[in-house]
Amino acid sequence: MGWRVNQNSTEKPEQSPVKPDTGKVLLEELTRPPEPQKGGWWRSARRVLLVPALAILTGLIFGAILMVLTTEEVYQAFGRSFGEGMSLAGRTVVESYGAMFAGSLGDPGRIITALGSGEPAAIRRAFNPFLESLVNATPYIFAGLAVALGFRSGLFNIGVEGQLFVGATASAFVGYAIKGLPGIIHMPLALLAGAVAGGVWGFIPGWLKAKTGAHEVINTIMLNWIAFRLTEYLLSGPMSRPDSGGLPITPLIEKSAEIPQFFQSPIRLHLGFFMALAVAWFIHWLLFKTTIGFEMRTVGANPHGARYAGMNITRSTVLAMTISGALAGVAGAVQVLAVNRSMAIGLSPGYGFDSIALALLGNSTPIGVVLSSILFGVLRNGATRMMVVSQIPIDIVSIIQALILAFVAAPAIIRTIYRIKIPKEAEQAVFVGSWGGK
Amino acid sequence: MANAVLVRKLEGVSPTRQRWMGVVEIGMAVLILIFFTLKVQPGSTSTFNMTPGGITRGVAGDWVVPALGTLIFLTVVAFLLGVYQFVRGFGKWTNGVLGIIVAFFVFGFLVWASAGKSLNLSGMLSAAVLLGVPIILGAFSGVISERAGVVNIAIEGLMLMAAMVGALVGSVTQSIWWGLLGAIVSSVLLALVHGVLSIKYKINQIISGTVINIFSTGMTSYLSSKFMQTYQNLNNPPIFPRIPIPLLADIPIIGPLFFNTNIFVYLTFILLIVIQVALFSTRWGLRLRSVGEHPKAADTLGINVIRTRYVAVILSGVVAGIGGAFFTLGSVGRFDEMMTAGKGFIGLAAMIFGNWTPIGAFLAGLMFGFADSVATKLSILGTGIPTQFMAMAPYLTTMIVLAGLVGRGQVPAADGEPYTKE
Repeated sequence: MGWRVNQNSTEKPEQSPVKPDTGKVLLEELTRPPEPQKGGWWRSARRVLLVPALAILTGLIFGAILMVLTTEEVYQAFGRSFGEGMSLAGRTVVESYGAMFAGSLGDPGRIITALGSGEPAAIRRAFNPFLESLVNATPYIFAGLAVALGFRSGLFNIGVEGQLFVGATASAFVGYAIKGLPGIIHMPLALLAGAVAGGVWGFIPGWLKAKTGAHEVINTIMLNWIAFRLTEYLLSGPMSRPDSGGLPITPLIEKSAEIPQFFQSPIRLHLGFFMALAVAWFIHWLLFKTTIGFEMRTVGANPHGARYAGMNITRSTVLAMTISGALAGVAGAVQVLAVNRSMAIGLSPGYGFDSIALALLGNSTPIGVVLSSILFGVLRNGATRMMVVSQIPIDIVSIIQALILAFVAAPAIIRTIYRIKIPKEAEQAVFVGSWGGK
Repeated sequence: MANAVLVRKLEGVSPTRQRWMGVVEIGMAVLILIFFTLKVQPGSTSTFNMTPGGITRGVAGDWVVPALGTLIFLTVVAFLLGVYQFVRGFGKWTNGVLGIIVAFFVFGFLVWASAGKSLNLSGMLSAAVLLGVPIILGAFSGVISERAGVVNIAIEGLMLMAAMVGALVGSVTQSIWWGLLGAIVSSVLLALVHGVLSIKYKINQIISGTVINIFSTGMTSYLSSKFMQTYQNLNNPPIFPRIPIPLLADIPIIGPLFFNTNIFVYLTFILLIVIQVALFSTRWGLRLRSVGEHPKAADTLGINVIRTRYVAVILSGVVAGIGGAFFTLGSVGRFDEMMTAGKGFIGLAAMIFGNWTPIGAFLAGLMFGFADSVATKLSILGTGIPTQFMAMAPYLTTMIVLAGLVGRGQVPAADGEPYTKE
């Protein structure tokens, strides 16, 4: 049901929040995608899910092929006999992906035993792999929302990584430098610091784009590097932990700044995950139910039309980049306040680029971002387990993600591979132009 | 008077910009005064060694300058240039004069930093050339594909892949040439993927580039941690030796910098000339650029837009492959994960900075290399300025350039737009 609500139905005129104003109604008619076909929730779900599902499947298949091709024992087995080679190849894939999904969703056998015993602690431990995947998904949700909001507004925010870094650094600073505050004030304050720092990092390219036409892709890439150098300087200089022995890491944050975890260690599920869900709902509301969101989307889809309708393009661009940056900043802040408890250079395993992939996978809708973030969290969490069990390097996740991104961006490839008819996606979610602010 | 305004307009310097530029330049003169001239000890000298370490040809004597006198000279000239810019303007020389003043600032900084000490200026410059090479090659790669209308932010990924494959093939065959060939082939294959995604499937070229970058990061790290870290002999390629060019290598100062290095520096020079001539003085180049400016018109005149774009993307891959090979076969002799460290993205910035021309990209790349090299030398001199701030300079400069402070660039008009034949 949730799917149908989020797929285009909000675009119907009777639900539109915009007051009947001829210019805007006209624009909305122009930018509204064709009415989705009737035919029950299954058809609309199929329409939305088919390409991403096949893209994920194909990505995993390619990953499996790569795994087999890079395992030496398989070659040796093929040297002995073809059958032996095939069976070992199959076993390698099943074992690796088995470890991946047991490590990220939970071991079915253990879950059944734990449920049978009825012991709460055992049940929690059995479900911990999945809860840990949700912990992994949390920064992805914030970062993915940042990218998705940018896409909807015609902006390609490739600077999520840098915004995330400055956000994390700022929140870590507030987290350890201010002492003696009650948690109810300190924790939100630290989060706010992250949002503000990230917001500033997003505001700069937004403002430059609106005022000078400088393309946000280059500016956000440049700001990424500035953020890395700045963080490096701060962590090894003014903000370094006194007893770290020269390692670039901040002191631990105060207890009062920590985002609470629900259970005892090792279960790390924390309030941040639910904050992420709430923020996703808020972004959905902002984009699809408010005038501001309508303006952002119109500017993204058709800047000339938006100008003709008297919308303030500068305001919309700057606002979209600032919110996007703030979301990315919060992604870093949550990771610091809930999981790491301090800021170090190795904070991000590449959230910035991964979030571009998952925003596209989720068709730049908040619910899509949440679901693809959980998928990415599962992949990354499971890959850690897989690395232990079958020595497959964790980087295979990046390869699978890149493939998924390619297939989602070019559904024609999926159409060719599976020889199926995929209904043309009526709604284009990405509007990004070339350099020079066109 | 009206005539003067018209002339200024034609030369592209508005009166407002002329005044602003004047203010900026006077400001830089003041900065030189405050930070360097007033801080330096009277009577101290700055010594610049003009021969890089380990070089026996083209030796030059040390260059000793009086610190205070030099700084006063730089301050006064910069100030006068700034005042003239503010009052009259330099017309079409505006950017050139700005460049001179920036150079004054950098030189003043070096004089101040080395006052009473000695600094190996030549070593610093030769490091700058080597640091600049991958940036320049990345920028060339971008120039070729973007002139044909294909935005290529995948250069980072192409170079990373080429660096790894170059090291792998070089180690297995124990031949630098096979290594270089392997690097180029791998980069071209990835570039072709970018081409197919963005030309055939018409997906957003920036997204397609991002796909390549993520894929390349994942693939190189995967293969590196699966094989190259376990089997050290897979990550031990030979490296290109230093080849002095007869006669030219003996010229003092310039010789050691440009004519007594490895093949990649020479290749960079050759590519600079070849690309510049090919793009701007041949029929082929005119056609390629017309595809990037107005594909429909080019198509009408019988130019095969799709094929031209594929050719451009492939050539872009060749150049990026050479740039990637430099990391493993040209300098370190080993592949490390993420070793390109954003050089491809800076190359992209150098391309924009250099206004989509090979010569501009070359100079911008050298400048970025110089900033890198100053940043590393700074920590040795002990000036108290954190090296990270120096390392930020290229990124900040790029943003300022992009914001139009130094004038609008000439983006190929159809850059980034997929072409559909009607």
